[in-house]
Amino acid sequence: MLLIPCPYCGARPEIEFHCGGEAHIARPENPAALSDAEWADYLFIRKSPKGVHAERWLHSHGCGRWFNAVRNTVSDSILATYKMGAPRPDIAADTPAQGGK
Amino acid sequence: MSRLSSGGLIDRATPLAFTFDGRSYKGFAGDTLASALLANDVRLVGRSFKYHRPRGVFSAGSEEPNALVELRTGARREPNTRATMAELYEGLEATSQNRWPSLAFDLLSANQWFSSVLGAGFYYKTFMWPAALWEKLYEPAIRRAAGLGRAAEQADPDSYEKAFAFCDVLVIGGGPSGLLAALTAGRAGARVILADEDTILGGRLNSARTAIDDAAPGAFLARARAELSALPNVRVMPRTTIFGVYDGGTYGALERVGDHLSVPAPFQPRQRYWKIVAKRAVLCAGAFDRPIVFGGNDRPGVMSAQALRTYAVRYAVTPGRNAVVFANNDHAWSAAFDAADAGVKVSAIVDVRETPPPALLAGATARNIRVIAGGEVIATSGKCLSSITVRTRGGTETLQAEVLGISGGATPNLALTSYFGGRPKYDAALAAFVPDQTPPGLSVAGAAAGQFSLAQCFATGAAQGVAAARDAGFAATPAPLPETGDTPTSLSAFWHVQGSKGLAFVDFQNDVSAKDIAIAHKEGFRAVELLKRYTTLGMATDQGKSSNMAGLAIMAELTGQGIGETGTTLFRPPFTPVALGALAGHHREKDFRPTRPTPTHDWARKQGAVFVETGLWLRAQYFPKPGETDWLETVTREVKAVRSSVGLIDVSTFGKIDLQGSDVGVFLDRVYINTFSTLAVGKARYGVMLREDGLVMDDGTTARLADDHYVMTTTTANAAKVYQHLEFCLQVLWPDLDVQLASISEQWAQIAIAGPKSREVLAQVVDAPLDVSNTGLPFMGAVEGRVMGGVKARIFRLSFSGELGYEIAVPARHGEALTRALMAAGAPFGITPYGTEALGVMRIEKGHVSGNELTGQTSARDLGLGKMASTKKDYIGRVMAGRPAFADRDRATFIGFKPVDRAQRLRAGAHFLPLGAVPVMENDEGYMSSVAYSPTLDHWIGLGFLKGGRARIGQKVRAYDPVRGGDIEVEVCDPGFVDPEGERLRV
Ligand SMILES: [Zn+2]
Repeated sequence: MLLIPCPYCGARPEIEFHCGGEAHIARPENPAALSDAEWADYLFIRKSPKGVHAERWLHSHGCGRWFNAVRNTVSDSILATYKMGAPRPDIAADTPAQGGK
Repeated sequence: MSRLSSGGLIDRATPLAFTFDGRSYKGFAGDTLASALLANDVRLVGRSFKYHRPRGVFSAGSEEPNALVELRTGARREPNTRATMAELYEGLEATSQNRWPSLAFDLLSANQWFSSVLGAGFYYKTFMWPAALWEKLYEPAIRRAAGLGRAAEQADPDSYEKAFAFCDVLVIGGGPSGLLAALTAGRAGARVILADEDTILGGRLNSARTAIDDAAPGAFLARARAELSALPNVRVMPRTTIFGVYDGGTYGALERVGDHLSVPAPFQPRQRYWKIVAKRAVLCAGAFDRPIVFGGNDRPGVMSAQALRTYAVRYAVTPGRNAVVFANNDHAWSAAFDAADAGVKVSAIVDVRETPPPALLAGATARNIRVIAGGEVIATSGKCLSSITVRTRGGTETLQAEVLGISGGATPNLALTSYFGGRPKYDAALAAFVPDQTPPGLSVAGAAAGQFSLAQCFATGAAQGVAAARDAGFAATPAPLPETGDTPTSLSAFWHVQGSKGLAFVDFQNDVSAKDIAIAHKEGFRAVELLKRYTTLGMATDQGKSSNMAGLAIMAELTGQGIGETGTTLFRPPFTPVALGALAGHHREKDFRPTRPTPTHDWARKQGAVFVETGLWLRAQYFPKPGETDWLETVTREVKAVRSSVGLIDVSTFGKIDLQGSDVGVFLDRVYINTFSTLAVGKARYGVMLREDGLVMDDGTTARLADDHYVMTTTTANAAKVYQHLEFCLQVLWPDLDVQLASISEQWAQIAIAGPKSREVLAQVVDAPLDVSNTGLPFMGAVEGRVMGGVKARIFRLSFSGELGYEIAVPARHGEALTRALMAAGAPFGITPYGTEALGVMRIEKGHVSGNELTGQTSARDLGLGKMASTKKDYIGRVMAGRPAFADRDRATFIGFKPVDRAQRLRAGAHFLPLGAVPVMENDEGYMSSVAYSPTLDHWIGLGFLKGGRARIGQKVRAYDPVRGGDIEVEVCDPGFVDPEGERLRV
């Protein structure tokens, strides 16, 4: 199990949360003006990196707030969480997985 | 009886009666089932998995491969219980398993004569073909012949709990290193949890006679336990196994709260599943004594040398007259000495080493134990062990022995260190794998780290306790260590006696012999993970805790690689079996899926309502009256009452969402296909919401109560989904909008009354000056006011039934009172409570779409609602709804149906075919989604989706329902069967 630090509530068990996929994707202002390819890119095309990734998370069984989290998809460790609308913190793509000796 | 006359940690003042296979025996408090059986000379306790060979107790702990029994009876029967872990209680009932017809005489033991064909990979080789026979023949036969115990066939009557705990330092294991780690961290002020799977703290010290601080270990243990229990920041959890390590320093633990009792204490669970979150953890799980592989090493009476010591010292049992120890290491000698000093007759020690340490030889001489150095046991005999054959350079010799304590050395119990993918590394000097990379925050001390001597255990336990407490932010200091003579631990790696007689077992539980390892090698299954799957080495309930090492070593010998290069299979949680019931805890049945009663539930029950589950809700389905013989008769009466006079239904289950703020209109315009910003205050409007993929998500009415205040209703089924969708849109897509949302589904009861007399009923419950006349509250009007002399209410003039109708919302606690008031006011009109069935019939008569049509695969146009879509604004789903295929004229769209022969019944799910067409997929034109018997029209009517839709009104098609034998002609018609112009709504 994973503890996720909700920016509003603090660390809570993973089972209270719901992942909403890649973060920082703005809905286009005027969808009708987009080409099919641009619209498909907005709607369907998502990054799935091995390593550091920014995602939307919802504290669905807690405060009900959406926020963003930077997660290492290899180690499944949360590197940062921040409020919706805040810029993505500068975390290097090669931040290592947590581990001990 | 084989009980020694004195000693042990048993309470001789508390005798306990128990039965095994129906025979009565006596033991003492403090016994395990295994020690009590041995004390009663019961040495044969089970049959092996595959060959049904007789087996006895091998270990004295959780690694037990052989002594698995069914514990308890009836609903509490639990298979595969390790007799070595089952604490004795008064009236305990245990049954041997995996034998037929009896433990002593097992017909299937004939399997062992076929061991040549039942060897490694036999499942794969023998039952390959024909595949069709697997299900009917092979699998049932294998399951009967090769299996373990039987699960209870009744529901478990006991309860299970889940709990959380948080600490600075978690100490796993309460042996010498764990005690020192917990004491050191505890003294520094850290919040410590010390979890141990045993009943009492102490680990191996409970089974040893080694002096500590110049006294018996019991004195040290008493001091340590007393200090730990006096420290308020230390929590000791006995009978608790840490079975897994997870992210964020979370540990899974199983506490056996009531397993040592015949029935759990009142209000106590049987077991408790803990999630322990620890800043740091120290693994002090000790080591396992591993067997040596030789012919006949599985005979009852052969046990681990350390188990022999435990039964003698801790339980005061001599597991057989005449004990011999066969080993390759010093630690086994001290086990033999302790057993002898406790009163067991130890006649010989056979050591594969030519020159054991002189101090040990002196110890043996002092105890009159014969030493056979450079010897190997090559055979055993007796149904239960009676003699062994030993080979030395001088030849072979037979020794009388009822118990043979064997030890191939210690295997560190490091499973938890590899749950994060850490691979243990091989230490050739110890002939053992030791931890390498560990999970974050977990360090290892004592025998689990390969530090086998008692002094090493104390020293590393204390050091890791200091380190863990410091990491958690406490100023810990090392304390003086208990004084103890360093117990010798040298060994000479030895795995397998060459040229011994009979089947030589590596894994007792799975009947994997040395020969099976050789077969796997010959057939190419050499990698350890393949070896495991091919031979079943290290599988099942013990997961090879004692057996894996010898298996790997034999494979290494065969391949010529080192043991380190051969590697070990990856350990995975759980460390010991965990009952699914414990993982589920209270989350079962209604505690897993609770019931949501509506505000009028009790009232409806008193009216004799029949209820139906809709999601978690229980809703009144219909209200049968005395004399009514079937539901259709009742529903027909209810519909007729509404259409002719007035009826009442609780619609509180609809989702209700309160929206406030200056941008609510803008927001609703973006989530609905139609426009809400222009809705007048005091009015409601029907809206349709799409997903971004262009398909309909939900529908419902939304009313504007003030400029900046709207109230939305959703369908019952989609209440949570719509609310989450709106939250996502607001928080993620458009955080700049001034809108606040709140779900008010549970806060408001909502009662609908419908029928030509509904206004007259309503007028009697509203407080002045609220005007519910046709001008005061026109169709689609929404007003706030008071009812029943002061209760605040929202009244919406809406209709799902097609009749003049109102929905009255009051705070939920007034829901039942409002219902009673409306029933009283409606009595002169014969007001009739109706349920979801009648509501469904009337909405089909009216041609409204509902759950059967909102399937998540239908567009607004498919549902005949395309005209509602605004072309003047963007909204969620607009772009995708505009895809050409959605406008295809051949697409199946919403329409009504009636049987050509009006006497015939319609069936939902029937597919439409052109008349005379062959019933194949290419001719499919759509399907019937909803049907009802219409009391108003006196025949069956249906709604559905048909290619071409409205353009085909008047045509006939075939409604084909092969599943239920239906095949009739239906006529395509307008879906509005009753009052298509909606005149009744506006009266
Ligand atoms: Zn939160």
